Amino acid sequence: MSAAPSQVRYLLRNVAPLGADRVDMLLAGGVIEAFAPAGTLWSDGDVVVIEAAALIALPGLVDLHTHLREPGREDAETIYSGTRAAAVGGFTAVHAMANTTPVQDTAGVVEQVWRIGTEAGWADVHPVGAVSVGLEGTHLAELGAMADSAAQVRVFSDDGKCVWDPILMRRALEYVKAFDGVIAQHAQEPRLTEGAQMNEGVVSAEIGLAGWPAVAEEAIIARDVLLAEHVGSRLHVCHLSTAGSVDLIRWAKARGISVTAEVTPHHLILTDELARGYDPLFKVNPPLRTAADVEAVREGLADGTIDIVATDHAPHTREDKDCEWSAAAFGMTGLETALSVVQQTMVDSGRMTWADVARVLSTAPAQIGRITDGPRPQGRPLEVGEPANIVLVDPAAVRVVVPAEQATASGNSPFGGRELPGQVVATFLRGRATVLDGVPVDPAARHGDAR
Amino acid sequence: MTSGPVTPSSGPTFSDANASVPDPVEVLGATEISRALTRIAHEILERNKGGADLVLLGIPTRGVPLARRLAERLAEVEPGLDAAALVGTLDVTMHRDDLHRQPPRVIGSTNLPDGGIDGRVVVLVDDVLFSGRTIRAALDAISDIGRPRAVQLAALVDRGHRELPIRPDYVGKNLPTSLSERVQVRLAEIDGDDAVVISQPGPTGEARA
Amino acid sequence: MKHLLTTADLTRADAISILDTAAQMAATQSREIKKLPTLRGRTVVNLFFEDSTRTRISFETAAKRLSADVINFSAKGSSVSKGESLKDTALTLQAMGADAVVIRHQSSGAPHTLATSGWVDSAVINAGDGMHQHPTQALLDAYTIRRHLSGERRDARDPAAAPLAGAGLGGDLTGLKVAIVGDVLHSRVARSNVQLLHTLGADVTLVAPPTLVPVGVEAWPCAVSYHLDEVLTDVQPDAVMMLRVQRERMSSAGGGFFPSPLEYTRNYGLDRRRLAHLPDHTIVMHPGPMNRGLEISAEAADSPRAVIVEQVANGVAVRMAVLYLLLAGDMSNQVPAQNVSSQKVSSQKAGHQ
Repeated sequence: MSAAPSQVRYLLRNVAPLGADRVDMLLAGGVIEAFAPAGTLWSDGDVVVIEAAALIALPGLVDLHTHLREPGREDAETIYSGTRAAAVGGFTAVHAMANTTPVQDTAGVVEQVWRIGTEAGWADVHPVGAVSVGLEGTHLAELGAMADSAAQVRVFSDDGKCVWDPILMRRALEYVKAFDGVIAQHAQEPRLTEGAQMNEGVVSAEIGLAGWPAVAEEAIIARDVLLAEHVGSRLHVCHLSTAGSVDLIRWAKARGISVTAEVTPHHLILTDELARGYDPLFKVNPPLRTAADVEAVREGLADGTIDIVATDHAPHTREDKDCEWSAAAFGMTGLETALSVVQQTMVDSGRMTWADVARVLSTAPAQIGRITDGPRPQGRPLEVGEPANIVLVDPAAVRVVVPAEQATASGNSPFGGRELPGQVVATFLRGRATVLDGVPVDPAARHGDAR
Repeated sequence: MTSGPVTPSSGPTFSDANASVPDPVEVLGATEISRALTRIAHEILERNKGGADLVLLGIPTRGVPLARRLAERLAEVEPGLDAAALVGTLDVTMHRDDLHRQPPRVIGSTNLPDGGIDGRVVVLVDDVLFSGRTIRAALDAISDIGRPRAVQLAALVDRGHRELPIRPDYVGKNLPTSLSERVQVRLAEIDGDDAVVISQPGPTGEARA
Repeated sequence: MKHLLTTADLTRADAISILDTAAQMAATQSREIKKLPTLRGRTVVNLFFEDSTRTRISFETAAKRLSADVINFSAKGSSVSKGESLKDTALTLQAMGADAVVIRHQSSGAPHTLATSGWVDSAVINAGDGMHQHPTQALLDAYTIRRHLSGERRDARDPAAAPLAGAGLGGDLTGLKVAIVGDVLHSRVARSNVQLLHTLGADVTLVAPPTLVPVGVEAWPCAVSYHLDEVLTDVQPDAVMMLRVQRERMSSAGGGFFPSPLEYTRNYGLDRRRLAHLPDHTIVMHPGPMNRGLEISAEAADSPRAVIVEQVANGVAVRMAVLYLLLAGDMSNQVPAQNVSSQKVSSQKAGHQ
């Protein structure tokens, strides 16, 4: 544990960890120092007291799928602005996807991203390494070097592109076994999705946009779970979006295959009907699917078939969205709305508990990314002695999303103008508040040093 | 929709508004209209020294049945005339100068009798002569479809307030009106009965629709 | 109706109003003086991001016959085909004071984006967007069908007989059977026609190889068949509309939708044999440009049943009608998307001015 002693201690009074019985909780020295029955811990003058009688405490959220855009597209997002947005959304760690410019396919680039993330201090940044050089799908990138680098890369992905070549996929799955890595696959059969713009179905047929069929995702997932079984390696399926994909993962898990799966918040709530207005804010890859698919991924998340929720936060500049649909970029932001969407679709509907939320947004992603141990553990239980990575949520709050007021540098939230439940009130990264009263706390103004 | 247009339950606003608007006044009945048309028919024949070379062009909507009625009367007076061959319709919508001031108008049809209008005397027939702008549009429309020897104008009602140097050759009735009043011609062919009615505008003031 | 973006927006009354207006416009086009002063002082911009000389000329003719000023803006080319160029182009047109923008674009939805983005105040007329819609084409097709097959005809048995003036006026296409044959998947003409013809009461059957039928077609208000001969025999269509099939769709790079042009022609081409099996009154349509020998044989294209050349002429009348209905009136007090035809001139008049 390298956390330096904290200068400020926080007393969370009357907080409900995982929505369970209320307790008093003392954060000190970067860790959870004490638990006590509600109303029994008292300030001794050197403690910042947070009255948390309306709040729920969750372990700091961990995103396995974030696009921070730096290096290369700092006009859309920077590591600083993206991790700040993450903190506002309740995240204490993010996995930064590899499709930057230059690509995160060498130890040098991943170390740079890791270092800048550490300096920003808003959330732990774990770079994802590219599977193939330049994301080109032909040669394996130096996975070992990235794993051994200071960034300690364990998750590898060509996200944005599918590792389509079955031989390359097999080799990657095999190779990462040496350092307990995982291949996070963007499942998209490329030939079936040439020029694809949206989900192929009733809506695409009517509005004349080239279809992205569900089978293009499912065919790759089917192949990859069988490959993972064959070589005995670990596969993670990114942003699963179809009912058929849920069935395949369910089948693979029943068979004992080491596969994990994620769903994005937007695939939990939005459907392809939104494409009818041709607003590129709703253009995303994989595309928004049908209401039946939405129901299937909710069910899959509730029953554990889908392991985690990951944002696929994909900031884009205005010019990449302020245009006709087919010229627009794929992607939507999500860090600052993810928890609210999960609350609305899964908790408020009675399908999941807050403990389940902690699992799918913190514990499980941290385990997949292999960051539950080591120098900066994440996704740990809320217990005495554990690092104080905590998010306080007001589940009764209701807010209207205003993209321009978000911390992310880009405005392409699909939830603009929409009312969402829940509000992150505070985020603590190893005992330091990165967010207080719902507002990000500037590093210069922070008490102590979160590094 | 089961009650009439004005019911006691319409609320105070409506009742007050209706109280300040007098009932429409019928200024011409079926008999007067018939008599006026007969007179106009005689005047047309007299002015043109017979019905040869005459073409009656009705301006939609209500100018069309009026032109037909006039043609029938001409044929009655001059048995040699074929009423149907005298009558046509002239749509002026696409020549109007006020199109941009109101919602799009439905375009009526223009149908000329066999033989067209070249070299003949065209009598334009309309129900109400007001600013004169419809007739201005009609003159332009005529010039696009031929070159008559002369153009004359017949109107069932002349309510005054001309905005252009246009005057009727034949008038059923001169009807001095205020600008705020509405003049409505009702014809059996379209409205079920014959009448000319003057009414005050509603409270919204649609004086010059 | 402020814009014409898709036939799906048109009610039956809207559609009939446009067709009736087109009939009046067509009547003026047989006169010696074809030009009308109706849109004097209005500016119509033809904004074409995709080559289409035929459609552009048709709109240009329509606008000029109504005395509008016409600006042709050809935005084709790599430098303006992407990104914010649509926005910048739109802002330019707005600054120039265009009253209507006629837009042809390779991206489905671009006219919708133009109309709803707030970049321009003008009326937007979709002249074909990607695989989505080509509403004026469908309207001219419906107009042509109505003229030939609806209402009283001079000779019901002879498709070549000129229809009576004003044939079908005020009517719809109830009970008529229309077969649309060919590359439905990529066709904006098919999409526009299925919706419009259905709205007007016709029964539409799409005929195509399964590869050229979109997934999701089951939600369309029409029947689908893979067998042209069966449809011609069993449905006995009153109108057969042949769609253009691009030869490059055969290649692997083009999607490999059918094995060869010969096989396509054998199964889906309107050849001499199939032509002979059509009911006597059936008309043959094609939106052009035709691939003679592929989807349509020369015999069919040149037969007395073919109304293909008349479709072109009707296109001008229909586009005049659309320009008239969108531009001639004051739309400022109208609720958006309100039906034009409901705005009939009141039978009460305070004297027309």
